[in-house]
Amino acid sequence: MTEVTGNISVARPGRIRFGRWFERVALPVVWLGLIAVYGVAMPQSFLTWGNFSILFASYAPVAMLALAIIVPLTAGDYDLSVGATLTLASAVIGVLNVWMHMPILLVLAIVIVIGVIVGLVNALFILFFRIPSLVVTLGTTSVMTGLVQWITNSSTIGGIDNALVMAVVGGRLFGVPYAFYYALAAAIIMWYVFDYTPLGRRLLFVGRGREVARLNGISVDRVRLGALVTSGVLSALAGILYAGVLGSADPYSGLNFLLPAFAAAFLGATTILPGRFNPWGVIVAVYFLATGITGLTMLGIPLWVTNVFNGGALILAVTVSQLSRGREATDIG
Amino acid sequence: MSAGSTAKAESLREPGAGKTLPVLHVTNITKSFGGAQALSGISFTVMPGEVHGLLGKNGSGKSTLVKILAGFHAPDPGGRLEFNGEHVHLPLKPGDFRRLGMSFVHQNLGLAPSLTVLENLRFAHLTAERRSFINWRAERRQAIDALGRFGLTLDPDERIDRLSPVERALLAIVRAFEEIRAECAATGRPGLVLLDEPTPFLPREGVDKLFSLMRSIAATGSSVIFISHDVEEVLTITDRITVLRDGRVAGELETARATHDQVVEQIVGRSLARRAEPLHDPTATHAPYVRVDAIAGATLQPTDFTIGKGEILGLTGLIGSGYEEAPYLIFGARPCQSGVLNFAERPSITLADMSPGRAIGLDFALLPGDRQNASGVDSLSVVDNMLLPDVDRFFRGGFLRRSAMAQEARALGARYEVRPNDPSAKLSSLSGGNAQKVLIARWMNRRPKLLLLDEPTQGVDVGTRVQIYGALRAAASSGTSIVCASSDAEQLAEICDRVLVFARGRICREIAGAELTKDGIAEACYASINLSGGGEHYRPTALAS
Repeated sequence: MTEVTGNISVARPGRIRFGRWFERVALPVVWLGLIAVYGVAMPQSFLTWGNFSILFASYAPVAMLALAIIVPLTAGDYDLSVGATLTLASAVIGVLNVWMHMPILLVLAIVIVIGVIVGLVNALFILFFRIPSLVVTLGTTSVMTGLVQWITNSSTIGGIDNALVMAVVGGRLFGVPYAFYYALAAAIIMWYVFDYTPLGRRLLFVGRGREVARLNGISVDRVRLGALVTSGVLSALAGILYAGVLGSADPYSGLNFLLPAFAAAFLGATTILPGRFNPWGVIVAVYFLATGITGLTMLGIPLWVTNVFNGGALILAVTVSQLSRGREATDIG
Repeated sequence: MSAGSTAKAESLREPGAGKTLPVLHVTNITKSFGGAQALSGISFTVMPGEVHGLLGKNGSGKSTLVKILAGFHAPDPGGRLEFNGEHVHLPLKPGDFRRLGMSFVHQNLGLAPSLTVLENLRFAHLTAERRSFINWRAERRQAIDALGRFGLTLDPDERIDRLSPVERALLAIVRAFEEIRAECAATGRPGLVLLDEPTPFLPREGVDKLFSLMRSIAATGSSVIFISHDVEEVLTITDRITVLRDGRVAGELETARATHDQVVEQIVGRSLARRAEPLHDPTATHAPYVRVDAIAGATLQPTDFTIGKGEILGLTGLIGSGYEEAPYLIFGARPCQSGVLNFAERPSITLADMSPGRAIGLDFALLPGDRQNASGVDSLSVVDNMLLPDVDRFFRGGFLRRSAMAQEARALGARYEVRPNDPSAKLSSLSGGNAQKVLIARWMNRRPKLLLLDEPTQGVDVGTRVQIYGALRAAASSGTSIVCASSDAEQLAEICDRVLVFARGRICREIAGAELTKDGIAEACYASINLSGGGEHYRPTALAS
């Protein structure tokens, strides 16, 4: 065979390269623009550290939840049950810790085991009985929501061990509460696994081409099972963060996190590494959405706008991404 | 009814001539794609009540002709089409055929597997007509009547996926006839049902049922065109045969007077055209690497053969003869019925225990025929696709060494002449041939002991083919055993040391040495059908060691 020297790829048109680069940074740029607009509109209230540190802490559970979602999404499965898992986790903390006086560390361990069990149950139906993930996780969502109402008598449980609250929002690093750093740590670990381990390649191939993965010796079902268990555990961690941020267990509002988390997962796939679900994109997207909503709320816009904003952002993000990439295949859809 | 049939008989006769009008009369149909001539001056006729066979190799123009009749392709100007004596304007529009009284059954049958017999059979009525209300009782009665006319007793409420393959084929044919029955009754003219290879995956007794159904349709005065690769089947059921070769009509035969050999000669062509200089050394002998015993799958019957070390073994046959399953079964990629791999140098393995992961562990490699869905992921990069089975090797010190991967992918790309040689490009940005080179490089890089290929050059341009052949030869001479399942006789003749020809799930012929030519292989494929009928069973010859 003759040797082909030279590097043909370098001859790629600069315009396309700029387009790609712009796509990567578009969302962070829009985010900064949004901050600037709100800053000009409300220099006294919006542009304060206090505001931002609250924002970073209170959206940490959503960030964790969105990170949970992209693991099975990369492997080609939807996990809609993450929101209910978050609620279940925080409710169990409330019941066991406050009502049954169990030590908080033991409770947290139990909650993480619950996350594993949720993932296993989802995986059982998705992988063993071959039921579409969307259907299974919609079902388990309802089951868990019901269980939460049962164990909490549909009431908010206050007075969770202060140690948890202190660990989540009790201290600050560079002016930002700890809660944010837990989400950040999860993002860093996922970044490492996704991009720098063979497991990340396998996850990607399982999601993009199951048959290709199978014929290349990857045990597809094991990878999907791992992804579903991981999302269960990360959702449970999100529930722990949520209980810590609130200091109480709320049996309802956790479900409201599902849509913003999904919006962030898909919006995140339009940035940093466009076309691929990626943890840094998720972090940027979560705080972009958080900034948008916080600003709107501070401007005195009614609560219903929040839902419109989240839903609109989800659809718009995916549409813009699809339009800009033509018919190229992406993780999305 | 009797008055109607007299009127029908009247209308079939040209006044004065006293001669029956053909149902279909095609004159001088030509079709070229770009520079390539797919059909050149095709003419043939189909008479009422006739079962007409249409035979020819892959690429002989059969499917182009079918697509012109179905209105998918527009023929080049100059051709003429008459249906029941009436000139029909060409090109046909898609769907026009039904109005003329023509209907098609394609190989995939076009049935919705999760719906019932009734819903599938009455599909056109249930969806096309503008009705506000479906009278299910009437529909059911119609369906039972339609099935009953041909002596079929299928439960109208049974789901298609619960039917046997034979029942599905029968249903599809009944439906095709039902679609034109009303039209034919209204005009009193015969219709035409065109069956495009409905038989390859059917068991023997199923084919007989299909044949009696075809006869029943012909008995109504309508005609059937039966397209098949299987010479014996065509000889059994048809009245007349038209053979296509290289886009021309090679011959028209009265079935009653035609012999098997005559037909095969017409399909293959007697001209011993160009004999490509084989890349292989016909005198080379190969020590056995593995003996495959009693390998069996969905269509492959228990079969034994040996693969030599450094040998390129071709597997071929007509569609549905089972050869195409073998690479997947050996790799553990599809469920097998039985089979054992007996290695010369290591303990044997039963195929039931085989999995792709295990096969890769044994240094096997499989390049599937379905490049886009089974071989590579279009939306991922060349480097990821190329080094997928090797990623663990690049995981050093807790990190995947991306730049080392890119470097290796670039080196491999250069070696296998991938253009453009850009590891970060998506696989989808490469041409079919270059994408195939990437995937071949993936496996060659692992220096497999056994390389299993299914149609390795499908959709690949001529220049790339030559490169791929060269790469395969180079691998074989360095000791890789290669199994190549292919329907391309020319390709097999060019690269293989030995070719096994399959028919009805078994090996019927082994071709090696001087016989190993394009025409020799093609002839064996068609001749195979006779041989496989007998009880004689192929036994692998011991390889010289």
